[in-house]
Amino acid sequence: MRRLIVAATAVVMALSGCATTGGPASPGNSSQTTNSDLLPGLRGLQDPYPSTYRPLPAEDLAIVGGTILTGTGQRIDNGVVVLVGGRVAAIGGPDTPIPAGARRMDATGRFVTPGIIDAHSHLGVYPSPSVQATSDGNEATNPNTGQVWSEHSVWPQDPGFNRAREGGVTTLQILPGSANLFGGRSVTLRNVPSVSMQGMKFPEAPYGLKMACGENPSRVYGGRNQSPATGMGNMAGYRAAWIEAQNYRRRWEAYEAGGGAGDPPTRDLRLETLAGVLSGDILVQNHCYRADEMMLMIDLAREFGYRITTFHHASESYKIADVLAAEGICSATWAGWWGFKMESLDGIEENAALLEAAGACTVIHSDDETLTQRLNQEAAAALSAGRRAGLNISEEVAIRWITLNAARAIGVDDQTGSLEVGKRADVVIWSANPFSIYARVDQVFIDGARVHDRFDPTYQARSDFELGQPGQENH
Amino acid sequence: MRALKTLAVAAATLALSTTAALAQTIAITNGRVLTGTGTIDRGTVVIRDGRIAAVGPAVAVPAGAEVIDAAGGVIAPGFVAVDSGLGGIEVSALQDTNDLRQSSNSLSAAFDLSWGLDPDSFTLPVARLGGITRAIVVPQHPGSSGGHVHEDDTAGVGEGGLHSPGLFAGQAAAIHLAEGTDILVQPRIAMVAPFGDAGAGVAGGARGAEFTLFREILREVRLYAANRAAYDRGNLRDLMLSRADLEALIPVAQGRMPLIISVHRAADIRNVLRLAQEEGLDIILDGAEEGWRVADEIAAAGVPVLINPLANLPQSFEVRGATMENAARLHAAGVVIAIKGNEGSVHRARETRYNAGNAVAHGLPYEAAIAAITVNPARIFGLESRFGGIRTGAAADVVVWTGDPLEPLSQPTAIFIEGRRQPLNSRALELRDRYQTRTPLPPAYRN
Repeated sequence: MRRLIVAATAVVMALSGCATTGGPASPGNSSQTTNSDLLPGLRGLQDPYPSTYRPLPAEDLAIVGGTILTGTGQRIDNGVVVLVGGRVAAIGGPDTPIPAGARRMDATGRFVTPGIIDAHSHLGVYPSPSVQATSDGNEATNPNTGQVWSEHSVWPQDPGFNRAREGGVTTLQILPGSANLFGGRSVTLRNVPSVSMQGMKFPEAPYGLKMACGENPSRVYGGRNQSPATGMGNMAGYRAAWIEAQNYRRRWEAYEAGGGAGDPPTRDLRLETLAGVLSGDILVQNHCYRADEMMLMIDLAREFGYRITTFHHASESYKIADVLAAEGICSATWAGWWGFKMESLDGIEENAALLEAAGACTVIHSDDETLTQRLNQEAAAALSAGRRAGLNISEEVAIRWITLNAARAIGVDDQTGSLEVGKRADVVIWSANPFSIYARVDQVFIDGARVHDRFDPTYQARSDFELGQPGQENH
Repeated sequence: MRALKTLAVAAATLALSTTAALAQTIAITNGRVLTGTGTIDRGTVVIRDGRIAAVGPAVAVPAGAEVIDAAGGVIAPGFVAVDSGLGGIEVSALQDTNDLRQSSNSLSAAFDLSWGLDPDSFTLPVARLGGITRAIVVPQHPGSSGGHVHEDDTAGVGEGGLHSPGLFAGQAAAIHLAEGTDILVQPRIAMVAPFGDAGAGVAGGARGAEFTLFREILREVRLYAANRAAYDRGNLRDLMLSRADLEALIPVAQGRMPLIISVHRAADIRNVLRLAQEEGLDIILDGAEEGWRVADEIAAAGVPVLINPLANLPQSFEVRGATMENAARLHAAGVVIAIKGNEGSVHRARETRYNAGNAVAHGLPYEAAIAAITVNPARIFGLESRFGGIRTGAAADVVVWTGDPLEPLSQPTAIFIEGRRQPLNSRALELRDRYQTRTPLPPAYRN
């Protein structure tokens, strides 16, 4: 179902998709080949804010003796994970060969998991301190702001990135807010300290398009006596926008079919993003609480020929878990959040467990700078509720809610999310079972590089904002 | 005013008499007993007539008692949610379902939220399943932790700040979470006032304005208290507050009613301590993210603190020193702390136990964490003679757990409030059951 996107930026693929084919673009293997097909006037514009991320210095490492929850649903007692060149080189039981030159790190009595992935974060766009000057997450000026990119709002000095890393978060999707029907593009970041957003940008990650169902858009715009003011206004707004996007795509196809003669159509940033969804290169990240609204969004996607990758918040996913499983749509949700608004009233702790039992892609997300530090505990609460309901879900399965499934929900599961040979060496070592409230994150590795160590101040990052402030030594 | 007070007291008394269970004797055996002040590795708790009749390692099971075997599990006091909105809010974003805030021009300190409590709130059974059996419900103000402050949901809405008519948000109430038509334990148990950024905002934008105004109001309350007759005759100079507010503040000014002050940065805490000392106020600090920096001064003043131990981000300039070590450091300095739930302890009050667990993970001794959600809040609000711990004579607020109650993987298996067994159910669980089942007819025909 899911398209594998390798070494291509979403924008390149979006444009190549509409420039060369009538249907969804075929899975690209290289941005270079599609690049050469692009029209001269667009060359060089496809990845205007490219990732400059480079892994931090790493040594080859063998983490031995710990209990490994692999992220693929396996549990290995007294396991070994070997990290070489920033990748997982080997994983297995105590007999796993350790290459010469790899330093051994003892994890006896501790737990080892993939790096935690937060599929729904506003770090950087709603940073700490929470002040108007940097409250940059919602371009609430039009119901369709497909032209805005959350990466242009990210403040890399948000101390929240450091706290999240201390909680094991190695990758996060930063989304625009949900004031609009189309809130703009998301960006996926490696959780490393950087002076620039580009220095955090996940090189191979696809873009997402934030869409929002329900109360927020109709309240925000209805409150201004604009459309959408109602649920039906929301739907009319999405449909009008997709029709526009289809027309835009056709204009570029016609231009391409004419061999590039005449003036090219005028670029439209808003429609480029939507066209990128239609070509399958940009993933739909759809804020939607209610089951009935999710069902409408599924029909909407069918009407216009795109697919929804993930429903976010998805408080009522459990009511349509079989549909979501059949559609292959992930639900990114909480365990404990409910009742803060009408559309979250039916949120239940068992949502994740019921989705898991139905075979649907289940993700625990944060949407919150505090919760993101303890996604393991939120997963534990969800697991506990499932067990209370008689669902026999293991911890090695539940860890996927915050690792591999979260990676799938944002389109990076070919890169990270599980401890499998060849994948990025994003690893967390926990002091105890991460489903215990007392577990602390001891060490965090991103691409094999130690980016946090609870016992070594050398590996405890502080943002510029945190300098000169009391109490930095302990968070 | 006096008539109102009498009525409310009568209501509270009635609540107590109806909740005192007449049921049979219950013995919970073989569990690890957390008393709130200590631990009994393997003990028995006997409940009779709504109270704890006995507790200990070698307590005999009375003849005819219903026995609950808690082997392998834990017997703990019911938890007390502080800084809570339980029973006062149904859906946070729906103003019509929120009885914890008001914006009358003539009322602030006199606001008595106990009239707005809803025993049928969906929030109560959900919190109960998290082990919460009592709560201190507080009025909301611009600096309170109540309500959902999620970016997505406030985007583009003009109601960014909560309007408050004065320096005082109103008066808190104690409730229990037992099933029934009355949850009130004690109305007007404390006064609430925001300081720091929020208080400064209410006072006109600066801390110096708030402290000055606050002192002036206390002066006027005392003037009013000493000259009620003149006031009634119209022979007293104009006062800033309404008569109802002045009345409500008399016990505060006289140090007879505790004043919950939400305050955050170290310098503000120090100023508040000085203010309380000079004015003879009985205060409780709420928030106190930088409390650890002045922990010795707080301890010396004998002032208790309500904290959320998860607060570790500089979410405003007044909490730049926020750290997860706060709970441990305050406790080590000798400060009596109570640990709060999340987001105003309404829908997420059940996370109180996780917050206590996180405080333990960051250095707070385990028994101190249990105390911080049981006996300490009871003591802070002057209710320790009635409930809070498992000890002979206390109200039988007892929860039996499958394991350590601070662990998410533990769940309650029996809940008693004043000796009455509570159903292990909630609307959320009914939703779960409805959608976990498969029947030929639509879900609407299930359970």
